[in-house]
Amino acid sequence: MAPFVLYLSLALAILMIVGAIVVVVTKDLLVAVIASAVVDLVLAILFYILQAPDVAITQAAIGAGLTTAIFVVVLRKTERFEDD
Amino acid sequence: MNWIIVITLIGLGTVLTILRMAMGPTPADRAVAVDSMTTITTALLVLLGLFMKRYIYLDISLVYAALAFIATLAIARYLEGGV
Amino acid sequence: MLAIIGWIMIYIGAIFLFLGALGIFRFPDVYNRLQAGTKCTTLGAFSTIVGVGLVNPPWLPKTLLIAFFILLTNPISSHALGRASYKSGVKLWEGSVVDKCKDFEECHKKEEEE
Repeated sequence: MAPFVLYLSLALAILMIVGAIVVVVTKDLLVAVIASAVVDLVLAILFYILQAPDVAITQAAIGAGLTTAIFVVVLRKTERFEDD
Repeated sequence: MNWIIVITLIGLGTVLTILRMAMGPTPADRAVAVDSMTTITTALLVLLGLFMKRYIYLDISLVYAALAFIATLAIARYLEGGV
Repeated sequence: MLAIIGWIMIYIGAIFLFLGALGIFRFPDVYNRLQAGTKCTTLGAFSTIVGVGLVNPPWLPKTLLIAFFILLTNPISSHALGRASYKSGVKLWEGSVVDKCKDFEECHKKEEEE
């Protein structure tokens, strides 16, 4: 594996941590859902770089598409803002 | 050399969209950033597939391109008022 | 020859993708960001993916399929996002000149009242 792919995966891991911090810190649950979609997306890229294509396909289909839609439906049924 | 320039440009694009997602003022800004990041990521995955010379890796890009807009559509329907 | 055309297309696509991401980072407003994100990103991804197919010609049908899916799904999601952000009450930037949606809705209301 070329060195710059290693650097790319390091940068992606740092971005994943940024997304996870946004998920934890925010009070708006819709923002948390969007940021968790970002975390799933970057995780799929990391699986791809680590040469696990089947896991990456599942992560892309379930994590990025289906989980976000289900969470949004749940937000519609319950409430959006978190109480202090 | 070609590879380093191209993948660095697209990787910087991913970094900028994620930064906008982290600091955007309204939820619509973040949704726009995620939507653009999906497309940039699809292009990046196709390029990495050519770099690693594996034909099976194109399937992941296909799944991304076909399915990732469902999340954006759900968020848009939520912001509009009805799911 | 085909590989050179493919590499030129990959370079054009990468530059457009970077400029689209820069527009998302720098622009002042949801609607400006939406325009930069959608147009630059669609052209950049299309050019990059077809360029990969031209560099490695046995992959050309599947790359064309991916590019077709991107051309199909990207305008749908951006249209839905723009409409949703207008309806959820996101303000326009103060330098914006025209608001056709507001004019249209006011005309529609007048017609209904008459």
